[in-house]
Amino acid sequence: MPDPLIVLDRVSHVFAGRAGHTRAVDEVSLELEPGKVLCLVGESGSGKTTTARIAAGLTRPTAGTVRFQGTDIHRLTGDAATGFRRAVQYIHQDPYASLNPVRDVFGTLAAPLRRHRVVRGREQVRRRALDLLTEVDLTPPENFLGKYPHQLSGGQRQRVAVARALTLGPRLIIADEATSMLDVSIRISLLNVLRRLRDDLGVAFLFITHDLALAKYFGWHGATAVMHEGRVVESGPTPRVINEPTHEYTRALLAAIPLADPDGARSRVAPL
Amino acid sequence: MEPILSVRDLAVEYRTAAGPVRAVRGVSFDVHPGESLALIGESGCGKTTLGLALLRLLPALATIPSGEVLYRRRDGRVVDLLKLGREELRRFRWSDAAMVFQGSMNSLNPLLPVRDQMRDTVLAHRRMPAGDVRHLAEDVLRKVRLDPARVLPAYPHELSGGMKQRVLIAMSLLLDPQVLVLDEPTTALDILTQRAIVDVLRELRERLGFAMIFVSHDLPLAAELADRVATMYAGRIIELGGVRDIFYRPRHPYTVGLLDAVPPIAGDLPVLVSIPGGPPSLLNLPAGCPFRSRCGHAQDDCAAAEPGLQRVGVVHTAACYHTVPADRRAIRGEDVTSA
Amino acid sequence: MRSKAGFAGFLVFAALVLLAVVGPLFTPSHLPTDLNAVYLPPSGSHLLGTDSEGRDIAVQMINGGRPVILVGVLAGAISTLIAIVFGSLGAYLGGWVDSAIVSATDIVLTVPQIVLLAVLASLYTLDNPWVLAVILGAFAWPYLLRSVRAQVLSLKEREYVEAARLLDLGTPHVLFREILPNMATFIMMNFVVTMTNAIYALVGLYFLGLAPIVDDNWGAMLNKAWTRGAVFYSDSLFYVLAPVLAISVLQLSLVTMTRSFEEILNPRLRQS
Repeated sequence: MPDPLIVLDRVSHVFAGRAGHTRAVDEVSLELEPGKVLCLVGESGSGKTTTARIAAGLTRPTAGTVRFQGTDIHRLTGDAATGFRRAVQYIHQDPYASLNPVRDVFGTLAAPLRRHRVVRGREQVRRRALDLLTEVDLTPPENFLGKYPHQLSGGQRQRVAVARALTLGPRLIIADEATSMLDVSIRISLLNVLRRLRDDLGVAFLFITHDLALAKYFGWHGATAVMHEGRVVESGPTPRVINEPTHEYTRALLAAIPLADPDGARSRVAPL
Repeated sequence: MEPILSVRDLAVEYRTAAGPVRAVRGVSFDVHPGESLALIGESGCGKTTLGLALLRLLPALATIPSGEVLYRRRDGRVVDLLKLGREELRRFRWSDAAMVFQGSMNSLNPLLPVRDQMRDTVLAHRRMPAGDVRHLAEDVLRKVRLDPARVLPAYPHELSGGMKQRVLIAMSLLLDPQVLVLDEPTTALDILTQRAIVDVLRELRERLGFAMIFVSHDLPLAAELADRVATMYAGRIIELGGVRDIFYRPRHPYTVGLLDAVPPIAGDLPVLVSIPGGPPSLLNLPAGCPFRSRCGHAQDDCAAAEPGLQRVGVVHTAACYHTVPADRRAIRGEDVTSA
Repeated sequence: MRSKAGFAGFLVFAALVLLAVVGPLFTPSHLPTDLNAVYLPPSGSHLLGTDSEGRDIAVQMINGGRPVILVGVLAGAISTLIAIVFGSLGAYLGGWVDSAIVSATDIVLTVPQIVLLAVLASLYTLDNPWVLAVILGAFAWPYLLRSVRAQVLSLKEREYVEAARLLDLGTPHVLFREILPNMATFIMMNFVVTMTNAIYALVGLYFLGLAPIVDDNWGAMLNKAWTRGAVFYSDSLFYVLAPVLAISVLQLSLVTMTRSFEEILNPRLRQS
């Protein structure tokens, strides 16, 4: 088995609040392998977003270490630190806040391309931007380069965010509820874009969601971890977690999901 | 049985900088006493506007250029809600029909404890001694499975999102309305809380027998709670039928598309298909069927004129010239038992 | 341009600037004293009458705009620049940098300006426009810095700023290409307001005699009008009114012009 990209080793994050200390993340250990999907499922307050941010290096854990290719990410300097940043990218939940409103799509994509000298020269930058837009199914790409975020729909904005995340050739993308604010029919198309990135480019994903059904769809060939009150209560290959859950919380979550099936829904016994 | 609410050709127009926009373009449906109707659609389809229009809660920028909303009162008389005067409308709201808004977790006054807000609601519509008001409040809170001793003295910020939602549902039931309208009752709530709300609503309907209209983008919610389902697109109802008709025998390609996009929790890895493109701009509706550009079954006549609702079943209509054949969909219900 | 008031303001301001810059090319730069023509009422040869030394007021008005506007613009630019650079750096970097900047701001805010101006005027001759601009600018930046800092503090938490950090775009880029462009309208409006304040302060300096009268600028005219009793004679009315009106119109046009800024600078308001 290849070495994991990111390892969270007994990571904790404690917030000091008025009501005392809250353990948002409590001794969580996770491993993200190259090219694989790990779905992190939980309700709000379960700590899944904080865990994702810790994995991305956006939040420092109060205990435990986060290792990228063996080294603690908060000890990386210089080229190694840049290497980590280029390898791990993040997609936010809110498509209406993740793009700079005063920059057009070309500006948003060109900035990292130029800064990290991925390509040189205006023509090359433009061509790469067009390629990226095609990669995320924003076609014809020429139509989108000059658009500002307010001229795009939620689904289109999320795709631009994905294209932006792809500019540095990441090996891991952390998607934090990337589809929850999108319409149902658009969600699937965005997930299909992400699946293609996984299959064609070998990008690994840490997929945060509260929807077990989405975790099942996106992470069927990968693993799922269920979080509750800051701890991972169950984890394993996705088919096993979904079809044969062992922890009662997982079972409660599964039982709570509404079914798109009137007869099935009505014949169900009321849960705990 | 006579319907308790009859909507006929309702249209709602918004004044915008770019000109008038029809968010609702001629909607008709009936709701019978004790029945539950789901208005399902994605963003921009007009469902929230429709829900607000029923109780005349639209913002000032909106007008209702045509249509009727006929309501049968407890004494049997039928009135058009759109023609009611202010005082009559005030008396109608809350005691005949009540509404629970979207994002209603923020509808409670943060400066008043729940007890005061419930009391104010009751006293605004009825004259009642203080003891009776308190009993009424305790009663409805118990109905939504909340502990009155815990909730009544509490301020909104001391309650969780799910509890606040239940308080609002309880408040809407204070005056025993005949019709309850809910806009996205479970959105933004956690899955376990959603389940609690769904169960509470189901139980309440069985016990109190009110008619319910709820607006949502969540199809599975309709499967749980609705007797009848209407799917909306570009300001119109494009399919209307019993819940089993819609889920097992959908006829309009958009409804089929919506069902195909719901990832099922049961069974093996599903094949999910998204609907390409996006909803049309209501400012610039194309000629003919508004779903045409995204429809896999579109043919030449779809461009000529917008299809009206046509009968496709006993109480099932769809606005399409080329409806999907009735046996196209595999019935997913069979996989449920393995979950 | 949709804002008619904004456009009108801009036109008036442009006209005044044009008059102030180009006008003096066509008028005598030095007017001789003519004691026979003291306080003449407006006539064909003297459109606005004459002052206490028999010099044409209209000519003085044309000559007198440039020093005032120049110092106003310079002072506005200096204080806006200081406020933007230090306000945004402090807010973005936090820590001791922020504390130092905030402390410096508080100190400058508590200094009584008029007293300091009086002391400076007694020690140095404040005749150089650059010196005046620097002094006035030095008093104006604290307020602006606080607002800039507050804005940047709020904007730096936005998702698109976080995304830029994740792409390792660097602090200067994040500040000047991501955050500040979102504050463009805010900055322009503050620049204009600072300019109007500087102009008032400058006129005040001349009026109080704290700045030496070396040419016939509008502030100097007010000083002379006051000290030479022009307010008491109806014939000399224009000696007082002209500069007052000119300054008021300038300020009004500046303030009205700002109504168009939002339109010009905010891409969301531009129709595609």
